[in-house]
Amino acid sequence: MSTVTTPADTLGGRAYWAVADCWTLVRRTLLNYRRQPIAIVWQLGFPIVSVLLYGFVFGSAMRVPGGGDYREFLMPGMFTMTMAFGLMNTATAVVSDSGKGVVDRFRSMPMAPSAVATGRGLSDLLVAAAELAILAATALAIGWTSDGGTGPTLLGFGLLLLLRFSLIWVGVWCGLMVPNTEAAGALYAVIFPVTMISSVYVAPSLMPSWLGPVAAWNPISSTVTATRELFGNPGADGGTWVEQHAVLMAFAWPLVLTAVFLPLAVRRYQALSR
Amino acid sequence: MHEHAVLAEGLRKRYGKKNDATHALDGFDLAVRAGTVHGLLGPNGAGKTTAVRILATLLKPDGGQARVAGVDVTRDPRAARARIGLVGQYAAVDEGLTGRQNLELFGRLFHLGARRARTRAAELLDRFGLTEAADKGAGQYSGGMRRRLDLAASMILAPAVLYLDEPTTGLDPRARGEVWDAVRTLVAGGTTVLLTTQYLDEADRLASRITVMDRGRAIADDSPDGLKDRVGGDRVEVVVAEHADLPAARAVLARVAGTDPRTDESERRVHAPVTDRVAALTEVARTLQREGIAVEDLALRRPALDDVFLRLTGQEAAA
Repeated sequence: MSTVTTPADTLGGRAYWAVADCWTLVRRTLLNYRRQPIAIVWQLGFPIVSVLLYGFVFGSAMRVPGGGDYREFLMPGMFTMTMAFGLMNTATAVVSDSGKGVVDRFRSMPMAPSAVATGRGLSDLLVAAAELAILAATALAIGWTSDGGTGPTLLGFGLLLLLRFSLIWVGVWCGLMVPNTEAAGALYAVIFPVTMISSVYVAPSLMPSWLGPVAAWNPISSTVTATRELFGNPGADGGTWVEQHAVLMAFAWPLVLTAVFLPLAVRRYQALSR
Repeated sequence: MHEHAVLAEGLRKRYGKKNDATHALDGFDLAVRAGTVHGLLGPNGAGKTTAVRILATLLKPDGGQARVAGVDVTRDPRAARARIGLVGQYAAVDEGLTGRQNLELFGRLFHLGARRARTRAAELLDRFGLTEAADKGAGQYSGGMRRRLDLAASMILAPAVLYLDEPTTGLDPRARGEVWDAVRTLVAGGTTVLLTTQYLDEADRLASRITVMDRGRAIADDSPDGLKDRVGGDRVEVVVAEHADLPAARAVLARVAGTDPRTDESERRVHAPVTDRVAALTEVARTLQREGIAVEDLALRRPALDDVFLRLTGQEAAA
């Protein structure tokens, strides 16, 4: 028979268990992927198919402002789009856990309450890093390269993960708002056009004059343009202020998103006990 | 050991805005003796799940207080959480993991440490008859197996109090039997169980005491037999072979019992409460035979909890 262990009520004890419980929940996600490694391939299916479709089928018809190879232009967009679609992973995981009563069970256990969120966040970041690695390998295989040097290249991937980090909170909030996984699937109807009306596939300067600014100011575009710039890929120059300060904006947008959605997600989670 | 494992007094909870608020709980009292199975019964919307969620620290009450194993659930929820287990209406297990991985995961989250989590998982798999399926994905488990895994996960710390919120909803009869056996094993090990259910036979089989809820309050609290006695003791029940004989059988029963019998047309059944049990049964049998009424079944029955339910709440039981 095991004894009852409550987390130590000291600050240090609480901090220890906050980290330990977070790591246990990360292991849970990683074990899921280890048992079903194919899941990660499914998630990468869309960007990889997009690379092949847009890169090779439409590629010759696509224009890059200022000239340059379309596939070189496309890859930063694909990296960013994969990060943006990661929002769906977060929302689906959250809604499936709360729907099945897993969240209720966690909340009725003497574990660190913060671990439910931090565990989700860290898992999603690790999965996102793995996705980027696989996608980068695919990109290298079709001839993409980063000409920006080691520092800027790492910064570029850092900015991609920062975008993914901010979308964790959007995903948690969405996951707590929708009633079931089917409804979470409907989020695609929002995310898909949001990623399309951006600089992922086409430069905003080539869009109609009323749509171009919308696409340029899309937070996703800032990360796309910033990584194009940092990877030395074509199409990074744009006429607007937001495009000329893409790296700055690729920091700013995720911080704004986090500042808005992290409190919303926390409040939504706390509302579960009201 | 506290005499009462669960003690709730005057719990109140309402949802929604002030003007059109609905009272989920409206002065709910509950006392559960340690080491027993206590049934919480009531129609849909009576407040059963709200009560359990408050007692499991998932929901804050608007008023009243509750203690679980001596700990106040609103003042010290973390201490309360170390003393309770919760099995909700869905099996809260990770279907992507094996049974063993699920239990080890929960063991770690209960802060047992890796090695003790591993041995505890093995113990519980064995105790709930899941050792053979331990390394299969929980997604491949049958409904009953998933429930047992769920029960095992809630038992990792051997909690003082276990809440079972409609644990057999949606299970086939065989799986329900498996869950019942598992619950009996737990209680034999000293756990107190608070069971909410819509199935009256489930409460009847498992619980030594039952609280009946309606509109957010406890309207009765008694042993199953005590509740049945309130409805008026035993009854004689006749099932006729031919539907046409139903009025005649009804007349016979009315004459012997001296009250108006209840009739179930579709099952060709009439029944009425009786006081002088065997004498009444013999009299009914003799009269039916004399009048040439073909009988399919004739018996003296204890009242079912359905009768209690109907009498107390004025509503048919959900099941």
